[in-house]
Amino acid sequence: MIDNEISTQKPTDVSAYTKMEKSPGKLKKFFKHVKRDRYLYLLALPGIIYFFIFKYVPMYGITIAFKDFSPFIGFTDSQWVGLQHFQRLFTGEDFWMLLRNTLAISFLNILFFFPLPIILSILLNELRSQVYKRTVQSLVYLPHFLSWVIIASLTFMLLGKSDGIINYFLNELGFGTFDFLTNPDVFWFLLTGQSVWKEVGWGTIIFLAAIAGVNTELYEAAKMDGANRFRQIWHVTLPAIRNVIIILLILRLGDVMEVGFEQVFLMYNGAVSEVAEVFDTYVYRVGIQQGQFSYSTAVGLFKSFVGLVLVVIANRMSKRFGEEGIY
Amino acid sequence: MKLSLGDKIFNIANVIFLGLIALVTMFPIYYVFVVSFTEPAEYLQKTIVLWPDNWSLASYRYLLSAPTFIQAIGVSTFLAVVGTLCSLIVTSSFAYALSRKKFKGRRVILLLVLFTILFSPGIIPNYLLVKELGLINSLWSVILVSLSNGWFVILMKGFYDSISDTLVEAATIDGCNDITAWIKIILPLSLPSIAAFGLFFAVQYWNQYFNALLYLNDASKWPIQVLLQNMLIDSSSSSLGDVDPLIKPPPSQTLKMAAVVIAIVPIICVYPFLQKHFAKGVMIGSIKE
Repeated sequence: MIDNEISTQKPTDVSAYTKMEKSPGKLKKFFKHVKRDRYLYLLALPGIIYFFIFKYVPMYGITIAFKDFSPFIGFTDSQWVGLQHFQRLFTGEDFWMLLRNTLAISFLNILFFFPLPIILSILLNELRSQVYKRTVQSLVYLPHFLSWVIIASLTFMLLGKSDGIINYFLNELGFGTFDFLTNPDVFWFLLTGQSVWKEVGWGTIIFLAAIAGVNTELYEAAKMDGANRFRQIWHVTLPAIRNVIIILLILRLGDVMEVGFEQVFLMYNGAVSEVAEVFDTYVYRVGIQQGQFSYSTAVGLFKSFVGLVLVVIANRMSKRFGEEGIY
Repeated sequence: MKLSLGDKIFNIANVIFLGLIALVTMFPIYYVFVVSFTEPAEYLQKTIVLWPDNWSLASYRYLLSAPTFIQAIGVSTFLAVVGTLCSLIVTSSFAYALSRKKFKGRRVILLLVLFTILFSPGIIPNYLLVKELGLINSLWSVILVSLSNGWFVILMKGFYDSISDTLVEAATIDGCNDITAWIKIILPLSLPSIAAFGLFFAVQYWNQYFNALLYLNDASKWPIQVLLQNMLIDSSSSSLGDVDPLIKPPPSQTLKMAAVVIAIVPIICVYPFLQKHFAKGVMIGSIKE
């Protein structure tokens, strides 16, 4: 029975890269390999089928961005409309709002969030007590594993206008209450604050790993030369993690189109819609809730495409810095 | 070694500062715990409770008597257990096969896997695929869309790369084929790492929110995260559905906090095990790969 399965599945295995094989002799050799190691290929089969159906079939679905897709007509019979949906996106006023919000959230994140894990990891490294260091680490890593729904709940509970504990204390201190949650002026900062709370500890891991690789003799030598703690940090620790910082910054810049979708979606409300709508939330609202599948696919495709180009550029640049990049 | 005065001041300031950071990080979690255990009458009277005079389980008793809530926990547990098993089987077998040098064509497949990390077709094509497959309102939709991803495959492959072929060859001589060798030799050997990946998958499934919102319209199939979100925006407790009318509902705030605590507790339970592994660098590889 197993043999049967193999013979029927073999074409799936090879279809992806038959083009790569140039001469028929090579192809024959390849099939020989598949036959010899058939059990190994069988092990990969569920993964190949999974990635084909759930990662590559949706890529074919992108074609509806260039069609007037209606679920009643179907994929193949829907009419081609060229770049009409993209035209609508770029000439509509929503586009600039989406782009502004996405970039604002991303750049605030880079400005305020990005440096914090670096500072935190340097301070952690300066702790003399390893037990204390590990305790602090354990506590600050934890929020990374909590879902955005929980983070949103905690945010409401802390910052709510009538029953939030922060507003309670502000009021007690005579400052009156402040509207954190439905205030367009602070919405972007609210998101940055949430990201800091959730990810700052987790972000230290990679820097701590880089710092751990520093030869301790360097610190000894610096001390001999009369360097105090700040000088040691400046001349030994920072240069050791400089490359990691540069690479992560480049990669983060390549990722500016990605803003935490669930985060924004959960904090979204009518009062802040003008500053809270980003590409992903817009796709959800226009596509899933209003059923404009073709237009919203075009919006999503624009975002993914720009994201891809930026990531590829970022990766090139990080390789130029002599690092490995992400791929 | 004698420390200079400046060093001493720096050390003390550093200890205090990092202690404060840890406290600030923990405060929201501490606060939900306290509020969720506060006696309802006391909460209504004070609205802010840093340490309750009277501890009470009233909110938990009410929550756990709500069939909707129990159901949501059941759904999330199902996703976490069944989803993790499926994810592990598919991802680890795929990654293992791709790590073997005799697997011809693995470079092309790896490139195709990598591409799925760099480019996503977006929400709508995925939604339409799930719809075409008839999986809307089926829990399998949530499991299938997040079953495996490029990161996990590449990460696991990196791990399997370190296992040499000689082990497998020895097993082959003993009459094993690649599948039985993987099951009998490689899997037991890599059990600790597999367990670590399993925990990461389990946390991911327990935290599933958006996919469930997208694919599950039927409220009886909601996992805990979706129910929790509904309780949050809903100031009454009606999203909990029918609860024994004899039980007096506690204030919605303590009820919400109790629900949040129940959603956090499983994460905190597996956290020490998670930490043991990521501290060793399981996740660092993801950036270096």
